Amino acid sequence: MKLYDGGKILIGLLVFAAIATFPFYYHIGKVNAKPEPKLDTPAILQMPEQERKCVEPKAFMRTEHMQLLNNWRDAVVRDGYGQYVSTATAKHYNMSLQNECMRCHSNKKKFCDECHNYMAVKPYCWDCHIAPKEDDKS
Amino acid sequence: MSMDRRQFLKIAGISSLLGLGATAASATHNIWVKGINPPEVEPNPVTLKAEHWAMVVDMSKFKTEEDIQKSVSACHTTHNVPDFGNIKDEIKWIWKAKYENAFPDQENPYMEEKIKEMPFIVLCNHCENPPCVRVCPTKATFKRKQDGIVMMDMHRCIGCRFCMAACPYGARSFNFREPRPFIKNENKEYPTRTRGVVEKCTFCTERLAVGKLPACVEAAPKGGLIFGDLADKHSEVRKIVETRYTIRRKAELGTGPSVYYLIGGNEHA
Repeated sequence: MKLYDGGKILIGLLVFAAIATFPFYYHIGKVNAKPEPKLDTPAILQMPEQERKCVEPKAFMRTEHMQLLNNWRDAVVRDGYGQYVSTATAKHYNMSLQNECMRCHSNKKKFCDECHNYMAVKPYCWDCHIAPKEDDKS
Repeated sequence: MSMDRRQFLKIAGISSLLGLGATAASATHNIWVKGINPPEVEPNPVTLKAEHWAMVVDMSKFKTEEDIQKSVSACHTTHNVPDFGNIKDEIKWIWKAKYENAFPDQENPYMEEKIKEMPFIVLCNHCENPPCVRVCPTKATFKRKQDGIVMMDMHRCIGCRFCMAACPYGARSFNFREPRPFIKNENKEYPTRTRGVVEKCTFCTERLAVGKLPACVEAAPKGGLIFGDLADKHSEVRKIVETRYTIRRKAELGTGPSVYYLIGGNEHA
């Protein structure tokens, strides 16, 4: 079998392969920075150490916060409930993203966006809900 | 292995039953699948409760446009209602209307000039039989069973505007443009809306939930707006509606509006 214009084709293929795999070579050896959500807002730091607890345990909040927020929304808007009783601590919380969650987690950029950006998820919470004011140092 | 049709259906049927059983079992493990129920949620103890929230507008207290403007601006600043500065994009929860527009069915050419010229305050009527709820394809707008408020769930609104076509009172406005830049002073405790949703008065559910009266009622001059439970025989609204002559907007349509207008009121009404 004879390959017409073999040189050009092979060079072209090589160039293509080099470009297509460039992102992989470029990032070889570089560790992808893990998201590190920060919990160091003034409201949280003020609390005594043992009281620094979220509505539900950390592991639960990490995986289920979107479900929780969805349920909160239905409970407030549709069923007229105002308060959530924590299944972990039996403490009462106002069911409100804007007024309750963000009261402690006033660092949306470092708390919400850190992971959401990493995971490339774009929740539309902040299209309507007003995020707390943050100074732009990050 | 060869299998005839009958055998195949048997196996398929049994295995699908098993599958259903398995999902049901896993659902009971996770309470979050079905949403949260009491006792995980509780009403706020200070919540104002009623079976049927209703409002009486005492027209004797609204003499001038400024009187109305007080309530309008109280509402619109509380709820982050944008002001686009043009009537085409206008968003309104509560506003001023002429008699002929508010009560087109009760117009009469030789009517008392005073009433004809009166500025009427109009808002969502929180109907007993709301046409907007009937047409909403996503249940984004719905009538709350517990207190009769016709409420909006902005998360579910797809912006089809059926409700705007259905509402005979023009109480609904559509966000044709991104509202955020047009809100002068944001109320940080209340969300804004986004482009592509319909909004309207909610009888201040968020204020009732923390034991406050609606913003317009609080701001109205000399108690011109009376808010209460129409189902409660001893409430002020019920007493007024029972003892005085009140009119409702387009009641003949059968929507059952919950906003009553007391025209001939005096200082003691």
